[in-house]
Amino acid sequence: MNSQDAFQIFFYIVSLTLLALPLGSYLAATLEDKSRFQSRIFGPVERSIYRCCGINPGGQMNWKNYTASLLWFNFLGFLAVFLLQLFQHKLPLNPNNSGPVEPVLAFNTAVSFMTNTNWQAYAGETSLSYLTQMAGLAVQNFLSAATGVAVFAAMVRGLMGRKTSGIGNFWGDITRVTVRVLLPMSFCAALILAGQGVVQTFKPDSRVKTLEGVEQTIPLGPAASQIAIKQAGSNGGGFFNANSAHPLENPTPLSNFIEMLLLLLLPAACVFAYGKMAADKGQARILFSVMFAVWALGLAVSLYSEYSAASVTGGLGLMEGKETRFGIVNSVLWAASTTAASNGSVNAMHSSLSPLAGGAALFNIMLGEVIFGGVGAGMYGMLLFVLLTVFLCGLMVGRTPEYLGKKVEKREIQMVMAGILAPGAVILIGAALTCAVPAALASLSSKGPHGLSEILYAWSSASGNNGSAFAGLNANTSFYNIGLGIAMLIGRFAVIIPCLAIAGSMGVKSPSPPSAGTLPTDTATFGILLAAVIIIVGGLTFFPALSLGPVIEHLLMLKGVLF
Amino acid sequence: MKNATTALKLFLCMTVITGIFYPLVVWAGAQALFKGKAEGSLVRVNGVVAGSGLVGQKFSRPEYFWPRPSATGYDPMPSGGSNLSLTSAQLGAAVKERRKGFVRAEVPADLLFASGSGLDPHISPDAALIQCDRVAAARGVSKGDIIYLVNTVTEQRQAGFLGEPRVNVLLLNLILDGKYLK
Repeated sequence: MNSQDAFQIFFYIVSLTLLALPLGSYLAATLEDKSRFQSRIFGPVERSIYRCCGINPGGQMNWKNYTASLLWFNFLGFLAVFLLQLFQHKLPLNPNNSGPVEPVLAFNTAVSFMTNTNWQAYAGETSLSYLTQMAGLAVQNFLSAATGVAVFAAMVRGLMGRKTSGIGNFWGDITRVTVRVLLPMSFCAALILAGQGVVQTFKPDSRVKTLEGVEQTIPLGPAASQIAIKQAGSNGGGFFNANSAHPLENPTPLSNFIEMLLLLLLPAACVFAYGKMAADKGQARILFSVMFAVWALGLAVSLYSEYSAASVTGGLGLMEGKETRFGIVNSVLWAASTTAASNGSVNAMHSSLSPLAGGAALFNIMLGEVIFGGVGAGMYGMLLFVLLTVFLCGLMVGRTPEYLGKKVEKREIQMVMAGILAPGAVILIGAALTCAVPAALASLSSKGPHGLSEILYAWSSASGNNGSAFAGLNANTSFYNIGLGIAMLIGRFAVIIPCLAIAGSMGVKSPSPPSAGTLPTDTATFGILLAAVIIIVGGLTFFPALSLGPVIEHLLMLKGVLF
Repeated sequence: MKNATTALKLFLCMTVITGIFYPLVVWAGAQALFKGKAEGSLVRVNGVVAGSGLVGQKFSRPEYFWPRPSATGYDPMPSGGSNLSLTSAQLGAAVKERRKGFVRAEVPADLLFASGSGLDPHISPDAALIQCDRVAAARGVSKGDIIYLVNTVTEQRQAGFLGEPRVNVLLLNLILDGKYLK
């Protein structure tokens, strides 16, 4: 690592923080619908949407109504992507004559995009029509991100509410987030990306003859518009199979920087938006610091691991699976961020990272995608950990735990436990099941500990709604398509529903002023406790599995053992 | 049921806005501002498309600069990497085999390890420089001329600090073909 590398990381961190702060204020104003400036610009579009759909955006919903609306809306998204894939050969905008997608694979991909996971069992350039990509996948890129922000907003309203069962209007939240935040961001980013060489065309793939006379197909399509929201909405599903390692999806170091910035921008902005909405910047500062610290720790471990791998390669930089234009530092910075952010796009193949760097990526996902996490999803997941920490501290001092002046009681803690334990249980049960099914083991591409890592990564990625992969694993089989599909559903909705239930039960409570026994939640002490709870829950749950995968692979690599 | 019908209406509205309208507006903007880039940065030789300036091609003849190893053999349908780990015997054997193609003992890492996309259009400047002897001999020109050419084609870090210095193999080979007879 040289000074140029260090400067790139520094520049990334500074840009991210400086942009996330104002975007957080903007997002808070969107969610509270308080900004006159925003209403003036976007009001006309929104009003015509509301009129078209018969929506009263001010009509408050209780948590059950909010949840039902969300589930219907998501189910329709699933259905649309599923059907588009099955019938794409009969629909327009299919210049490359892609055939229908296998139903089981179509199920997996539809679930994957609805749940903001974007696991790629498909290869975009060979199996999907332009219509499926833009009107199916890209639409879910927007709407699943908007769903995440909506749940986050509803949860904050519940925490802040004073004896009210209303937690907002789901339709209004989805519309405002999409129209005011996601669309403008994506449009600007898409144009910059197109200027760097990301394709945006409806022409069929171009067949060329190379200088040495070989036929080569240059895949094309409306990629720039989709890549922008894929990065901004913590989706991560590539237009092409190689995702952002593909030179037509991420052609230059600048496009790489933009995509990498978008990857953490909205998740980080959500933290600052929380500070605004809760009228308590101290809370936001502590949460941001905790996220940043754990992210930086993962990055440091990964960098150390990548650069020290030179000792076993005979001094060579570990460039397997990485692109020349990005080099090692940008590949590792991306890997640490995309796994922290539940984005899951990749600009280097994670399976070929050095064992500990791959392990750090895996660990980031296992922590429950709360280190910035998905758009909205990271913050509502983080709030579950905050409530758990408050509860544990309450137990230690023997007082009823409180958060933002409200008592945290039995029902909330039951919901917190459900939301925190469900994804982890899916990872471990799924991985154990895979190890016991010979047909599932046949999909492995590696022997030894790396094979176990492939399995763990697949289940973690699905259940954490991340979507990146140790892609040596052949995941396009019925076992994985169905199993991982179910894991994605549980990983998404077994967190969302408890969060909305907490919003409902906290909203009807009335806050009381802090007393001498109240644990302040905006202090460094609380931050350290929170980080410890996150790492202990993640660490203790998965430590045995991780030690049999990445950790032992690292040790065997140092001894020169090959499989 | 009111939820379901509202959901359907809003979903259709959003599909039109984000799935049809948005990509069309980006398309119009990209076509107006960056037409060549939006259509794949295709490069032409005497009017015939010879490839994309962003997508690597396979080169194995001695008179050309060679690209990085590729898990897909530079076939973009579909793209992808080897996904092999450092503890894979297959990767170790592949690296050993690739080393044999070069005379010099010190081969840069990017010529021994396959890229992530399988389509990496670039090699590092070092990787280009160690091939100058071979290319110069095969084309019967002085090594100095070839080195000079490599240096002029080398792209520096973008904006002075982003990414890595690199050489676009296809563009370099196109210039070679234009400048010297095969």
